[in-house]
Amino acid sequence: MNEELLKLEDLNIDYKVKGGALSAVHNVNLSIHQGEIFAVVGESGCGKTTVAHSIMNLLAGNNARIEGRILFEGKDLRTCSQKEMEQIRGQKIGMIFQNPLDSLNPVYTTGKQVQEAIMLDHVEKGAAWEKVIRLFQDVRMPDAKERVNSYPHELSGGMRQRVMIAMMLSRNPKLLIADEPTTALDVTIEAQILEILQELKKQRNTAIMLITHNFGLVAEVADRIAVMYAGEVIETGTVYEIFENPMHPYTRLLMQALPRKTKREGRLQTIEGAVPRILEKKPECRFANRCPYATERCSREEPATIRASETHAYRCFLDKGQEV
Amino acid sequence: MAMGILLIFSVSVLVFGLLYMMPGNPVDMVVDRKVSAEKKEEIAHEMGYDRPMAEQYLDWAKGILLEQDFGTSTRYKVPVWELMKERIPRSLNLCGWALFLEILIALPIGLLCAIKKDSLFDRLTVNFTLVLTAVPAFWMAALLILVFSVWLGILPISGYKGMEYYVLPVFSLVASSIAGTIRLTKAEVLEVLNERYVTTAYAKGLSSRAVMWKHVLRNALIIVTVQVFMSIPWLISGAVVTEKIFGIPGMGNLLLNSIIVQDFPVVQGVLLIIAILTVICNLLSDLVIGILDPRIRISMDGGRGE
Amino acid sequence: MRRDSKWRETLRACLKNKNFMIGFLILVSIILIAIFAEQIGPYEYTAQNPSVKMSAPSAEHWFGTDELGRDVFSRTVMGTRITLWVAFLGATLALVIGVSVGVVCGYFGGWVDRIFSFLTDLTWCIPGTILALAVVTLIGKGLTNSVIAISLVSWATYARSVRAKTMSLRTMAFVETGRAFGESSFSLMFRYILPNIVPSLIVMVSMSLPSTVMSTTTLSFLGLGSQAPSPDWGLALSNGIAYIGRAPWLSVFPGLALVYTVLGFNLLGDGLRDILDPHMKSM
Repeated sequence: MNEELLKLEDLNIDYKVKGGALSAVHNVNLSIHQGEIFAVVGESGCGKTTVAHSIMNLLAGNNARIEGRILFEGKDLRTCSQKEMEQIRGQKIGMIFQNPLDSLNPVYTTGKQVQEAIMLDHVEKGAAWEKVIRLFQDVRMPDAKERVNSYPHELSGGMRQRVMIAMMLSRNPKLLIADEPTTALDVTIEAQILEILQELKKQRNTAIMLITHNFGLVAEVADRIAVMYAGEVIETGTVYEIFENPMHPYTRLLMQALPRKTKREGRLQTIEGAVPRILEKKPECRFANRCPYATERCSREEPATIRASETHAYRCFLDKGQEV
Repeated sequence: MAMGILLIFSVSVLVFGLLYMMPGNPVDMVVDRKVSAEKKEEIAHEMGYDRPMAEQYLDWAKGILLEQDFGTSTRYKVPVWELMKERIPRSLNLCGWALFLEILIALPIGLLCAIKKDSLFDRLTVNFTLVLTAVPAFWMAALLILVFSVWLGILPISGYKGMEYYVLPVFSLVASSIAGTIRLTKAEVLEVLNERYVTTAYAKGLSSRAVMWKHVLRNALIIVTVQVFMSIPWLISGAVVTEKIFGIPGMGNLLLNSIIVQDFPVVQGVLLIIAILTVICNLLSDLVIGILDPRIRISMDGGRGE
Repeated sequence: MRRDSKWRETLRACLKNKNFMIGFLILVSIILIAIFAEQIGPYEYTAQNPSVKMSAPSAEHWFGTDELGRDVFSRTVMGTRITLWVAFLGATLALVIGVSVGVVCGYFGGWVDRIFSFLTDLTWCIPGTILALAVVTLIGKGLTNSVIAISLVSWATYARSVRAKTMSLRTMAFVETGRAFGESSFSLMFRYILPNIVPSLIVMVSMSLPSTVMSTTTLSFLGLGSQAPSPDWGLALSNGIAYIGRAPWLSVFPGLALVYTVLGFNLLGDGLRDILDPHMKSM
């Protein structure tokens, strides 16, 4: 296995809100290795985007309180100064977002915005511009030479996401955080973007943290998976383990919700209820109120992490192998 | 552009009609009350008041367009254009400096308030602008005169003989319009700070400084610039009060005095000039947005509808 | 029952809103002063006393006296009546014109609407104060006339926003139902649509009060509004500036009164906006 690149240790994030603190992320532990695609899956509001932003230290101004350690190449990013963080952003860790229209500044050409990133590495202007064109070709932008002079609003959603990827690749980061990179795009474009991400992993050995609510997408591209629910990682494992042998009831329900061609009654199942907003922390399983197998114990105690294998772990009182 | 011309045309018709909307006969305003009815009719004929309205309007408009002939002041007995020609630069001088200073002061304050939101500086500024919006221009002027001319005696009260005469008028004009600009700048910067592309700019590794200058300020300035352009005519109307208090013989003072003595050709001329200036400012602000914001530029190229 | 609880909720929001409460208290104090102006002012506001011309503030004359020996305190107190009258009249006039034009244009659309939109653009072609000056030229000097002039200038803002609201309400189900039951256009406009605009109207009126008061006072200051011997603050200030070197109290106190009033209206408007129409942006 490759070297460990990012490690989150006991990460807790609370948002100060009216009437208390909203627990957005609770005791999250996970690690991402070089050259792998690591997927973080969960419904909206489960805290996956908060985790991503906290890694980049982009939560400032949100009244967020962060505890725990965020180790990148062994260094705790939380102890980094503003200056050190600027050295890490873009250069070591890149990030792309869900909606590629708001993510690009409307008043500059796309090429210029990518060039701006390249020039941070003290590349001379002309050379940087040439690199922009090369990068646009790398992400298979049609008419790359003309597109560098286009403004964001002149491009389609897929092309904008290509620009974002080119921008974030430009400084060769070791880790790329992709926050719902294809949600706003249609299916064919989604496939193309995923292809680019996979190529990236193979050719540059870049680790990718793929944040998504789409389990189907994960099955296609991810190496390992963390399933999040209400701010907690409730199950982690390799893509094989999670899909073949899901342990946590929530993961199982998500699996059932997945449309499958083989399934006889091709109806989409959904999980009743919504992700709760946790305003006060207490010992409990946060999924208890939606869990079909919940017992009285689940609302009294916090389940411990159970290891199913070296790479597979989950948090539930249900025993391994128990029929559900 | 077409809309602008239509607006100017309509305003000019209204301004022209002003004379006829008045109770009584336009001749009464020129001649003495004792003049006989026949004599009045003769004068009316001589001045062309008995011709069809449209014809009179066309003549009037043609005179203005071709020879800057705005008519003759009934009070000063000189061409209106002559009166305006020497006053326009004084008003522009006043408003220009006020605008310049306002931008110079308001932008950094608004920016700082947005970046350090809820800090002591921000809260002080918020309360200060709140009070400032409640202070009428003429009272501000009175206080400035009291402090700087009466008590400290360092600046002249009124007149227009040199630069020092413009200090108080400019500052009182700035004080009466700066609160809005500060608030607007702050609101715009706050809005831009929440935009996703600012997060992107940070994510690609730009320093906070670079993000502020290249992304936040650049984008927030679009709306602020437009508003500043649009505020020029309002600055001019504020100048009416300021010019009166400080005794600067500009366009505002001319308008005011002409209204009081019912010198209609002058009132018409000044109103027309101000309306044209307003329309030009609006067109210019459209042009400036187009330059600053590529999204608008595109829609302008493609035949702007609204 | 439900209506009752809704009112109580609004009331609670009012009590919690600092801006609103301060503005409200200021307004109440001004109204009280206006009602009891004769009792509060120690002298008749027109009474001249040549022996105390231009005297500085003292125990007998709290705000000093003017060039005719009149008591500035009594005159300033009396001025609150004028200001409140101006605010009331200005708001009513602009409201009546603005709402009728706005509702009619929003309801009917088409050419009525297009003519109106052009008229609004036209009003915006000349800055407010200048336009008001032009109107005063036409209808003559005086307080009431200057309030009319200001309203003729400010109705467009109301109309524009009422028009927009009407347009969005016009196609709502309850209006369609009313139409299906054969209600007349007039009834649809004023009995179905208008009540739904009331909260925004309250906000609009309260937000426009400060500028109405300020503009009218400006006209008085310029000599086109209230005429002597009115105790109008604008007139008092224009008079005071002439004596600013010798008798600064003539300018200071009426100005303070004006700032107090406008600040009160401003806070009230901001507060009401936060309470009733949180989505409306400040203008």
